[in-house]
Amino acid sequence: MSEKDKIKTLLVKKPLKLDCGQTISDFPLAYETYGKLNDKKDNAILVFHALTGDQFASGTNPITKKDGWWNYALGPGKAIDTNKYFVIAANVIGGCMGSFGPSDINPKTKKPYGTNFPVITINDMVNAQYNLLEYFKIEKLFSVIGGSMGGMQVLQFVSNFPNKAHTAVPIACTASHSAQNIALNELGRQSIMADNNWQDGFYEEQNKQPDKGLAVARMAAHITYLSKAGLQEKFGRKLQERDDLKFSFDADFQIESYLRYQGSVFVDRFDANSYLYITRAMDYFDLTKKFGGNLSKAFEKSDTRFFIISFTSDWLYPTSENREIVIALNAIGKDVGFVEIISDKGHDSFLLNVPDFLNTVRNFLNKSYEKIQ
Amino acid sequence: MKKEFYNIANLVTKNSKILDVGCGNGELMKYITENISKDIRGIELSKSNVQKCVEKGLTAIEGDAEKDLRQFPDNSFDFVILSQTLQAFLDPENVLNELLRIGKKAIVSIPNFGHWKVRLHLLLKGTMPVTENLPNEWYNTPNLHMCTIKDFENYCKQRNIKINLKNLKFQNLFSELGIFILEK
Repeated sequence: MSEKDKIKTLLVKKPLKLDCGQTISDFPLAYETYGKLNDKKDNAILVFHALTGDQFASGTNPITKKDGWWNYALGPGKAIDTNKYFVIAANVIGGCMGSFGPSDINPKTKKPYGTNFPVITINDMVNAQYNLLEYFKIEKLFSVIGGSMGGMQVLQFVSNFPNKAHTAVPIACTASHSAQNIALNELGRQSIMADNNWQDGFYEEQNKQPDKGLAVARMAAHITYLSKAGLQEKFGRKLQERDDLKFSFDADFQIESYLRYQGSVFVDRFDANSYLYITRAMDYFDLTKKFGGNLSKAFEKSDTRFFIISFTSDWLYPTSENREIVIALNAIGKDVGFVEIISDKGHDSFLLNVPDFLNTVRNFLNKSYEKIQ
Repeated sequence: MKKEFYNIANLVTKNSKILDVGCGNGELMKYITENISKDIRGIELSKSNVQKCVEKGLTAIEGDAEKDLRQFPDNSFDFVILSQTLQAFLDPENVLNELLRIGKKAIVSIPNFGHWKVRLHLLLKGTMPVTENLPNEWYNTPNLHMCTIKDFENYCKQRNIKINLKNLKFQNLFSELGIFILEK
């Protein structure tokens, strides 16, 4: 049995009506769990992943053999302590780590869906993952947590299921995807589509892979996850294994070599169509508009205790956008805490070893858990 | 905990809804949570202090009272507390208006520049007063708008702000601190 066959999967039988109008049913939702669900079933946390994440948040990802994407924050004794909490993480639908996605075989055509896969939204992702609560017979989650697109899912989850989480921690996210972020996502998508191997999305049946396009998309996106100061400090103008400029278009600079490497390893683990679908879901995310321009209304019925976190050097989901969520919650008297953490690591800060961030998450969770006992 | 905080805590009513503006590391909020009302939250400028509040299990948001009180609706709190920071704002008049807008009552404390020690310091030494409550020099003090208890009373009178605390008369000379309950 290959590692990929060992992925835990919930087959969701219940029909799910997507925002695009289509209804899906009998679809796979891949998930992973960490820690143990206690007898009271009051220690469960649903963790939502970001654009290129998956269900393997902690430990070693069995497919990539790399550390789980949230290994700094999640695990035994860590900020999200799996000795104490039961953590569920699912692969979003539209993804490529076992959940229903564009590389799945369309039973009607016996070929991969490709771009015939329905356009999905953050709302659809969250509604699909809600099935996990029923599967584990969890009446109410202790917390929903996620950064970036994971944070958007947190907001959507609380809005859709106002009494299903005691606490919520949206990190480095927004309630409404900005023009700049749509633009950056479009850059990535156009890069993939410009690759001749993309074949209008039907590359798999032709045994082709738009690796170059996907790699460039990743390179561009990767820059947006860092900060100018962070890049300057790490790379500056340092040259890559050479003493002088080569007067060519080789990777003279370390930053060039680094980005090329990031692009090349990404294509081994990620599907180009999934990249298109998931970025589209982010672009379509506008919780404010969904509630007639009043974000407060999204949370009116919720009894969830919020803690919102942003980072000083995050220019992709800047503090001002995170603060909009705080303002919306305060406007209706909801229990909300907020802090902007100092870090020069850009948007990626939430994935990295940023002690002030990790301690804040740890303290918020542990103190909130005491309160529900 | 400093005496001022006990005095302030004694002024809020049981189970009332409270906002502590400039809540610092949450010391007062913690005391009130444990003894008087769990429905309390804070707003604080310092990131590390917000983190200390989280450590104590308190609800706090990082924010600047000069511009971030706007997000709270009218009369959304029974009490809004402002301890010894009014004098440090660029626009204390605006902050006071905001406190009285979002709170049914505001509890405000000020370091009293009319205290006899302060008066004597200026009279005898001829330099800007430095005391226990006002420990900074003129060039590094965060206090932009120092006033006396009498100044503050006059200010409230002129603007029809009710001061709802007795025994404040004659204290201008002997109190290092003025604590007021204000109402519109």
